[in-house]
Amino acid sequence: MTIRGVTKRYGAAGRQVVALENVELDIIAGEFVCLLGPSGCGKSTLLNAIAGFSPPSAGTIEVGGVPVGGPGPDRGMVFQEYALFPWMTVAANVGFGLEIKGVPRAEIAVRVHRLLEQLHLAEFRARYPKDLSGGMRQRVAIARILALDSPILLMDEPFGALDALTRSNLQDELLRLWGEFRKTIVFVTHSIDEAIYLADRIVVLTYRPGTVKRIIQVALPRPREASSPEVSALRRELIALVMEEQTRFQRDESLMVRQD
Amino acid sequence: MRGALIPVLVLAVWQGLAAGGVFNPEVLPAPGAVAVRWWAYLTPEQPFDPARDAWLSWLLSGELVGDAAASLYRVVVGFFIGAGLALPLGLAMGASRLVFGLFNPLVQVLRPIPPIAYIPLAILWFGLGNPPAIFLISIGAFFPVLMNTIAGVQTVDSIYIRAALNLGAGPATLFLRVMLPAAMPYILAGARIGVGTAFIVVIVSEMIAVNSGLGYRILEAREYFWSDKIIAGMLSIGLIGLAIDGFMDRLSRVLLVWHRGLES
Repeated sequence: MTIRGVTKRYGAAGRQVVALENVELDIIAGEFVCLLGPSGCGKSTLLNAIAGFSPPSAGTIEVGGVPVGGPGPDRGMVFQEYALFPWMTVAANVGFGLEIKGVPRAEIAVRVHRLLEQLHLAEFRARYPKDLSGGMRQRVAIARILALDSPILLMDEPFGALDALTRSNLQDELLRLWGEFRKTIVFVTHSIDEAIYLADRIVVLTYRPGTVKRIIQVALPRPREASSPEVSALRRELIALVMEEQTRFQRDESLMVRQD
Repeated sequence: MRGALIPVLVLAVWQGLAAGGVFNPEVLPAPGAVAVRWWAYLTPEQPFDPARDAWLSWLLSGELVGDAAASLYRVVVGFFIGAGLALPLGLAMGASRLVFGLFNPLVQVLRPIPPIAYIPLAILWFGLGNPPAIFLISIGAFFPVLMNTIAGVQTVDSIYIRAALNLGAGPATLFLRVMLPAAMPYILAGARIGVGTAFIVVIVSEMIAVNSGLGYRILEAREYFWSDKIIAGMLSIGLIGLAIDGFMDRLSRVLLVWHRGLES
């Protein structure tokens, strides 16, 4: 995946907000990349542009040499709000993408069953999303994307709404699935620890306009121990980088409050 | 138990007023007289004769049963015509700004006109009998279903649409499998209001355009000063209305098992 000179502006002329400016990034197939930064750094905007929900104002995004036109199942998205269809059972949610593709019913049943087993969801197959906890729902959302067998997974703060324990379980599960299915993952987070735990590379974005501030390769073996000296050093480095942007964000915010 | 307290109290006061001779029985009959009249209204007029008819049809040959059937028939037909027109229009208006812009001004002007105001026109156009009654009931059911369907489609959370597009959904799938079910709680709430309105309108239209049904019967009873039968008819209307609403409630619970708002 190549991202070249991507710029995104919102709003009418005069009151324009530049969310992204000239973002350059290459992501290798099979890589786990985390986009890290404070609120307003445009990390979700970049992800939505890759997903094809809102095209960039300038610049190009290419996946496998083909420019991104619109949303599509080759770039499966996992949303923070789960976005499961509440009127479908767990099994129907997971199979919906295959149904759209026109896969025969019998084959859908087999593939959905296998995925639900792999994600420990088999006993919930006939339940509706309202009966599931947040962690379960996010597993179903991940299963729904894995069912599509898309080479790229886009994840927009997928574990942001979960409690710490569930979050840590799902992080381990995601790493296991990533190893098993060999996907490219672009993962948006504002948690430094999450980025260190998961990523091959961490892309730190600047606050408004969002640009690439620093790309850090994380070569540490997994599972990564939070208390190891290498992780601690990396965390200190990242905190310093993110804090600079966080301070700019807070200064802007207090300015806006004063103007109001 | 607590729920029975007020009805019993009302009955007691009513019985006291009637027994005390405060009112002429033609103005306010005693509760007992209403109950007797209700029984007579409900049960068959002829004694059971196996040679003439089957037991079940004899049992259902009472006047009240016939009236209720006539009214319900009009409600059902009128509702299905009104809702059947409102649903596709509402879906189109909710989903398309263009269609909304075209139809909304007319809808906004017509919507505040009570169905009852259409009575003179209904009689001019359709004469007497079932057609004008069903026309009025359709109008009564049309607007609640229309307005709720529009609102339901317009308020579909965009996250569902984004998720469906991400899974590769085309326009038809998006509409039928995502927008329609997402709007269903609103649509069913509109249908429930629409049925309620249809039931109000059926009673009114029966007082004007036809010679059968619950509304016709209580107006007829007034001509004979049968206030006991008027009250018996009114209570029947109330109970049937309650039953209809209960049925719609059950129906939406069954159709919306997935819906979070219905968790007890």
